[in-house]
Amino acid sequence: MARKILFEHIDKPGIRGLEGYRAHGGYRSVEKALRTMAPEAVVEEVKKSGLRGRGGAGFPTGMKWSFLAKPEGVPRYLVVNADESEPGTFKDRYLMERIPHLLIEGMVTSSFALGANTAFIYIRGEYFHVARILEQAIGEARAAGWLGRNILGSGFDLDIHVQVGAGAYICGEETALLESLEGKRGNPRLKPPFPAVKGLYQCPTVVNNVETIAAVVPIVNDGGEEYAKVGVGRSTGTKLISAGGNIKRPGVYEIELGLPCDEFINSDEYCGGVDGRAFKAVVPGGSSVPIVPYELFLRTAKGEPRLMSYESLSDGGFVSGTMLGSGGFYAYNDAQCIVRSTWNHARFYHHESCGQCSPCREGTGWLDKVLERLELGEGRAEDIDLLWDIQRKIEGNTICPLGDAAAWPVASAIRHFRDEFEYHVTHREKVKDPRHFAREPFRRTARPQTV
Amino acid sequence: MPKVTIDGITIEVPEGTTILQAARMIGERNKADRYVVPPAMCYYSKLETSGGYCRTCLVKVPKGSDKDPRPMPKPVPSCRTTVMDGMEVANTTDPTLIDARNGVVEMLLINHPLDCPICDQAGECHLQDLSYENGTAASRYEFERRTFEPIDIGDTIKLHMTRCILCYRCVKVAEQITDGRVHGVINRGDAAEISTYIEQAIDNDFSGNMIDVCPVGALTDRTFRFASRVWFTKPMDAHRDCETPGCDGKVVLWLKGDEVLRVTGRKDQWGEVESFICNTCRYDRKDLAAWTVEGPRNVDRHSVISQGHYHLKRTQPLLTAPAPNVPELAKRKDLKDR
Repeated sequence: MARKILFEHIDKPGIRGLEGYRAHGGYRSVEKALRTMAPEAVVEEVKKSGLRGRGGAGFPTGMKWSFLAKPEGVPRYLVVNADESEPGTFKDRYLMERIPHLLIEGMVTSSFALGANTAFIYIRGEYFHVARILEQAIGEARAAGWLGRNILGSGFDLDIHVQVGAGAYICGEETALLESLEGKRGNPRLKPPFPAVKGLYQCPTVVNNVETIAAVVPIVNDGGEEYAKVGVGRSTGTKLISAGGNIKRPGVYEIELGLPCDEFINSDEYCGGVDGRAFKAVVPGGSSVPIVPYELFLRTAKGEPRLMSYESLSDGGFVSGTMLGSGGFYAYNDAQCIVRSTWNHARFYHHESCGQCSPCREGTGWLDKVLERLELGEGRAEDIDLLWDIQRKIEGNTICPLGDAAAWPVASAIRHFRDEFEYHVTHREKVKDPRHFAREPFRRTARPQTV
Repeated sequence: MPKVTIDGITIEVPEGTTILQAARMIGERNKADRYVVPPAMCYYSKLETSGGYCRTCLVKVPKGSDKDPRPMPKPVPSCRTTVMDGMEVANTTDPTLIDARNGVVEMLLINHPLDCPICDQAGECHLQDLSYENGTAASRYEFERRTFEPIDIGDTIKLHMTRCILCYRCVKVAEQITDGRVHGVINRGDAAEISTYIEQAIDNDFSGNMIDVCPVGALTDRTFRFASRVWFTKPMDAHRDCETPGCDGKVVLWLKGDEVLRVTGRKDQWGEVESFICNTCRYDRKDLAAWTVEGPRNVDRHSVISQGHYHLKRTQPLLTAPAPNVPELAKRKDLKDR
């Protein structure tokens, strides 16, 4: 059994309530930090731990915290990003539903480290029931003195507010989230200034993912160095992976970073292998990361076994690699159509583009329409190059990463599965049947193409 | 003072200047260097927080500064990026950037109706200029374009949402120049639209400036609609003593004969108004007698508006005028520049 850090006690009865949580060592990190540590020392521990943002970008958390501006007389804020909207990702929901106090505890400790007296949880509107669980947990914590004025007699005050979003994917982008939290239209801001300098209400703000903040608890409890012993290289600690798709055992798994991909996808402890047919492709980190063929997921282009870590998954860049992303893992078997899946992604990004900057606003819709035409058996040979050109003109030219996120799945699908796109042009009648590959699996004619 | 080099031309600029402003300074210093100025569809120097949306002013930064000479990984919006000492910028010299800009222009045009022949903005439209410089002759977009019904927002402004490129300039005008914003962007993605939510709601002393800042024909003057093509009118600088606080009464009258067809703010060489004017000047003084006329407006010779040669003094009506004396004309200074 692999080591669990966040989910160590998740199956214990009563862990959702404060009493059960306390019985398993809950709020120890608050006691330790507030009674024995200076705020800077907590930041130092997080730096030592090598913890990286779990929301997708993988930016070192300690470094992010040390960038926080500290002008006199201006409040600072901690905002927890619980707007988990990346298709395929549902790890934070599981954490917040099962063990909400872990997040609250992490927030108290982190706010103490950052000097924030007000913290927010921005949670997506679809998680309304989770917001109620969190509010209940906050109520319990406040009644027990873990929140409010003068926590543990240390003179540190903290209030946590839960804000429910209205269901926009873009509000998971940190600056759009801040705009939404301020009550405005959720449009991403232009950076710089970064939230660490001018964030919520133009005050210095740290925005972190739920899992990142939860990971602060074991880091403070056991020390950053202890945490850094788990994992491999610069990917330290554990990561929650929400696995789905054509696997035998879908669910949320806590893995040690550095777990071999082969073990993750095929062992019975985790995904349990393919459900019936043969694996075709894998998206390891949520819909925005490049899709890779199963073979390239198991081994890098150099032939080394691939590991579930930030570095190993992105080995080979975008040509043969992908990204760990937010941990929204899903696998395809050979009954699935990559063009259909790409179209599905493109439709999603088309729907979710905020419409602020031109390449994304217009380009995502164009991608959607061309892919629809291809998948429904109306495509032409030049459509594939057109798709390639459109995604190239979106990528890197937009305000926020949504443009990139819309472009990468299309680019990688064409890069690795161009023959499947061509099949859609040459076999128009066949692909008009929506279950075309389920009836007759696509046989690859050539080895994966690299562009 | 930081020094910045744009396409090989170096200029020293005050601290906090953006790349676009620095490029404009180069263009103002020497007219021949104006090619280094990136096009700007949404940025407006007189409006705070404008810019960054349209992505046409993207530039490459191969060298960040003397202190940190690393190149910037992605193209940056020049209108919102401040220069650093020793920064090097590529605007027209980087083929990948030109390609990216062409891509942006293509995106701007895929849902644009291209109805220039019936659009009042034709002739003074930034999107026309931009697509002439960075666009292609034919579109690769074959799907149905996004369309909206034209609506009246307020009694003097017509909104053609189909033509809008969502530059947010009119939103910023309403926020910063008028005393209350009642319109904005609703919906998202390619369904986003400028709207008052309730039609006919805009009623404000300075609302007419929304028309002036609109880079395309999305917001047009209802009192000028279909009255004339702009290149058949004669722009004249004029002023009056305006009582409205915040308005200096300096305008351009667009004349046909002695008839004032339209009144607008004075636009400079970058297409931005010099000062914002009030609605009284714009709509209620369409009478030549109400104005002190200063003389013909100097419009860039590349503009179709100047093709009317309105600034040449004519003593005789065109039809009976003798054939022009070419050697004599060649001596004239105002023609030499042409």
